[in-house]
Amino acid sequence: MIPPARHASDNLSRAVGMAVPTVSQLRVHPPVDSLQAGSYALSDSVFSASPTRSPSSRIGIDGEFSEDSANWIKRDNSGRLTAAVPTGVPDLTQSIEASNNENNGEVVGGPPQKNSKLLKAKTTKAERRALQEAQRAAKASAKAPEQTSKPEKQANQKKYVSQLASSSVVHEKKGGDKPLEKDRKKDMPPPRMQFDNKSWVEKAKKRSVVKQTEARNRVEIFRHLPQYERGNQLSDLGSSFFQMGDMHPAVYKVGLQFLAGDIMWSNTRCISMLQAFQKVIEDYSTPPERTTLARDLTAKINASVSFLNECRPLSISMGNAIRFLKARITKLTLAQTESEAKTSLCSDIDNYIQAKIVLADKQIVIHAVTKICDGDVILTYGSSSLIEMIILRAHELRRQFRVVIVDSRPNLEGQQLLRKLVEKGLSCTYTHINAVSYVMHEATKIFLGAASVLSNGTVYSTVGTACIAMVAHAYHVPVLVCCESYKFHERVQLDSICSNELGDPDVIAKVPGRTNNCLDDWASKENLQLLNLAYDVTPADYVSTIVTEYGMIPPTSVPVIVREFGREHVLI
Amino acid sequence: MDFQVVVLAGGTSKKLAPLVSKDVPKSLLPVANRPVLSYVLDLLEQTNIKDLIVVVEGEDTDGLVENWISEAYVDRLHVQVAAVGEEVGTAGALRAIAHHLTASDILVVSGDLVCDISPGAVAAAHRRHDAVVTALFCAAPISGPPESGSSSGKDKTKKPVRHNIVGLDLTQQFLLYIAAGNEVEKDIKVQKSILRAVGKMEIHADLMDAHLYAFKRSVLQQVLNQKQSFRSLKQDVLPYLVKTQLRSEILLNGAHAEENGNEKDGYNTDKVMLSQLLANASTPSFHEVYALGPNGFPPAERKTHKCCVYIARKTKYCARLRSIQAYSDINRDVIGDASHLSGCSFSVHNNVIHPSAVLGSKTTVGPQCMLGEGSQMGDKCSVKRSVIGRHCRIGSNVKVVNSVIMNHVTIGDGCSIQGSIISSNVQLQERAVLKDCQIGAGFVVTAGSEYKGESLARK
Repeated sequence: MIPPARHASDNLSRAVGMAVPTVSQLRVHPPVDSLQAGSYALSDSVFSASPTRSPSSRIGIDGEFSEDSANWIKRDNSGRLTAAVPTGVPDLTQSIEASNNENNGEVVGGPPQKNSKLLKAKTTKAERRALQEAQRAAKASAKAPEQTSKPEKQANQKKYVSQLASSSVVHEKKGGDKPLEKDRKKDMPPPRMQFDNKSWVEKAKKRSVVKQTEARNRVEIFRHLPQYERGNQLSDLGSSFFQMGDMHPAVYKVGLQFLAGDIMWSNTRCISMLQAFQKVIEDYSTPPERTTLARDLTAKINASVSFLNECRPLSISMGNAIRFLKARITKLTLAQTESEAKTSLCSDIDNYIQAKIVLADKQIVIHAVTKICDGDVILTYGSSSLIEMIILRAHELRRQFRVVIVDSRPNLEGQQLLRKLVEKGLSCTYTHINAVSYVMHEATKIFLGAASVLSNGTVYSTVGTACIAMVAHAYHVPVLVCCESYKFHERVQLDSICSNELGDPDVIAKVPGRTNNCLDDWASKENLQLLNLAYDVTPADYVSTIVTEYGMIPPTSVPVIVREFGREHVLI
Repeated sequence: MDFQVVVLAGGTSKKLAPLVSKDVPKSLLPVANRPVLSYVLDLLEQTNIKDLIVVVEGEDTDGLVENWISEAYVDRLHVQVAAVGEEVGTAGALRAIAHHLTASDILVVSGDLVCDISPGAVAAAHRRHDAVVTALFCAAPISGPPESGSSSGKDKTKKPVRHNIVGLDLTQQFLLYIAAGNEVEKDIKVQKSILRAVGKMEIHADLMDAHLYAFKRSVLQQVLNQKQSFRSLKQDVLPYLVKTQLRSEILLNGAHAEENGNEKDGYNTDKVMLSQLLANASTPSFHEVYALGPNGFPPAERKTHKCCVYIARKTKYCARLRSIQAYSDINRDVIGDASHLSGCSFSVHNNVIHPSAVLGSKTTVGPQCMLGEGSQMGDKCSVKRSVIGRHCRIGSNVKVVNSVIMNHVTIGDGCSIQGSIISSNVQLQERAVLKDCQIGAGFVVTAGSEYKGESLARK
């Protein structure tokens, strides 16, 4: 799902702030400096180590935290210098220096790229011992405060004798930590799942409902995104049909349709998800135990959401809709009876669909149609329900214009749009994206749909959109992106790598109309990886205007909409 | 998941003539020493279906089946056994228990199915397409003995068994045409309207209907009520639904009609827009394209419903106990190729011998054999690819090959049994020779007699 934008930058700044002293420390030794320049891996490891290496005092306070960092050492199985780093005890720096010095002696001779491997391989006995000692020291320092607190506790027990009192002391002791922890939690919301982190993935697997086998031959740079073998997923999910006792059939059906690709567009996905949730709410009854409707229903919705997310990663618009729904559920008061609460939630969902999608679309059509004049040549990419409505509306208004539909494999969505437009009597040109530079000089306006617009004005949309926008920019053709404001998100994204969706690589290996492809058994070839990206990111520079239901705005104004109207999700 | 499961256990089938009787209804016929019904019930239990309705034909068999189920599945399943009159057919059986059916979808399973295909997959396909009916099809099994050593076996294997003629769309998800193989003589008639709507159709003759259907309850009951003459699900109801899929006469849901009634006010036009938005989603199936009409707007009210199929992968095992040939085939497969179905652990010699069974000296039990509880065998016997039931007493020098011997059978010395099925309580006196025979319960084969390819039963 979508992590708020704040998190990444926040974390980064903190990390850098802490890393500074050590880096300077390392720079004291000139050979280390050269080492850093030579091996990216090493410097990277030093930086990534820094967030866990908080000042030793903090470790002392918070036993849990140091445990965490210990885990972290284990996870980082490459066993580089980082292992020694998190302990942060005075004698540790010595060990770092020692190991550094030793390493440098070896590293200078070897090629810079293999540095980290060499380090790993050639840790000498003395070095390992140094590491071990450092770790021990860290553990001891972590335990120290506990030990000091124990006598206190015992003294207290002597004073009050009763068990109750001692427990209260424990509470007090914990209470001291609590605000700190809470603050930290507020500062950084749980980071997004990174699928290249093995232990994380394994944990998630245990929880998951859909049995997923990870795809082979994955592209290295996109390893942090989930990718599974598609072939068996559907049948596996199908065969577990009766095992999902608590899953609502409506949610299950929508999940199946997501997985099978029956429902594809972001608007339709969002609507069908909301309608499924509506059914969940309708059929819901609070269990007789002490839970409240708000709490239990949120848990239920959460389970459904994670199921849907497993079927296909949620789109940003869906994330927004879920946030809205959850906010509505928490707003429910205890004074409302269950049936009242349910009807109010259902009507809220109806209103959301109505206001944010249906009416917004109508309004966007009204705005966008003014930009289609006689003699225009409209170029569009792929197929968007909104663009289709705009074009049809302009046609109804008897504007004389031509449409160029640019399409791309593997989905070839544009063909559907083409069929519909031709049926209505529009004159169309159909081409694939590789010919876009040839048809671009004809076009006078570009209309594009979007999956989301991010707060730096970046348009997150079907893969290929960025290409169209850039070619249009080179040809000085205005690019109009049509997007409902409920798809806006406060996140900032600079590239399409960090957050994206990977489609089924098999579909790009298959060429329609060809019986035997040379890529039929691509999975068996170790050196071949296929990448089927679902989305790309168009920088704001290439977008002339964004058409929303609030009017036509420049991409720079997206944060305003997010700020002013984003809160409306909650307040409707 | 709002599904109800109905198992049609049937009664005493005429096709299995000497084997089944009033005492042993078809559903209790032992396959690898377990009643055939237990395979279906175990399959359902594995897929976490705990509540089911078992429908039995005939009053007296009802008691037998109910007793057996309550004994075998006492804590495991919640089974409701319902008896219907004889000769009512599968459709009639469902009509009779209509008042028990309340869930939105119903899974109808034939009680004589031996397979390892998850019914969940069928149900999921049904739900995904919001279909009226979803049928399970699987590759037709190869019938006849595996190695055709005998000439008679060769003849049988050569004869192609035509199961069904099935028309599918190119994605193999929708059922466009169905006819039973034996009904088709020379030509098949395919509706033009369906063909035009789909464009291309695949015709398969190698698929077998596994008699596992998921029905939408409202539709099923409507059809059963309207067409009182329908007797069989497979021969009447399914073809009817397939034929009428583009000119549906059934009311899918009440809300649809209401919506058309008051379309005038503004709110509802928004609703229409919403439904259009939803209909735009990805590639619509041909049903929706057809319903929309040629120009994208409906010329008249065209109602359609979807008939789906789930085609099992070739690696799955699926067979139905419908004939004597099928009975010996299934017995052979369950202890052979599809041994995971039997639920027994096979020994190193690839056979199952109950610890209480007693073997005489120099007696060999080959691979792919099963020997039931408390059976005794004399000296110098040899058993190959056969199932022997409980408490059988077999004398010396007996040869059993490719055969099924049920419970409490007494076999005298020097008998030779090949390719035969011997029901319970049969007595074979000395030196009887049987080849490709079926012997009904309680029959006594006199000493030294020889039978070949005959079906014997007590008068």
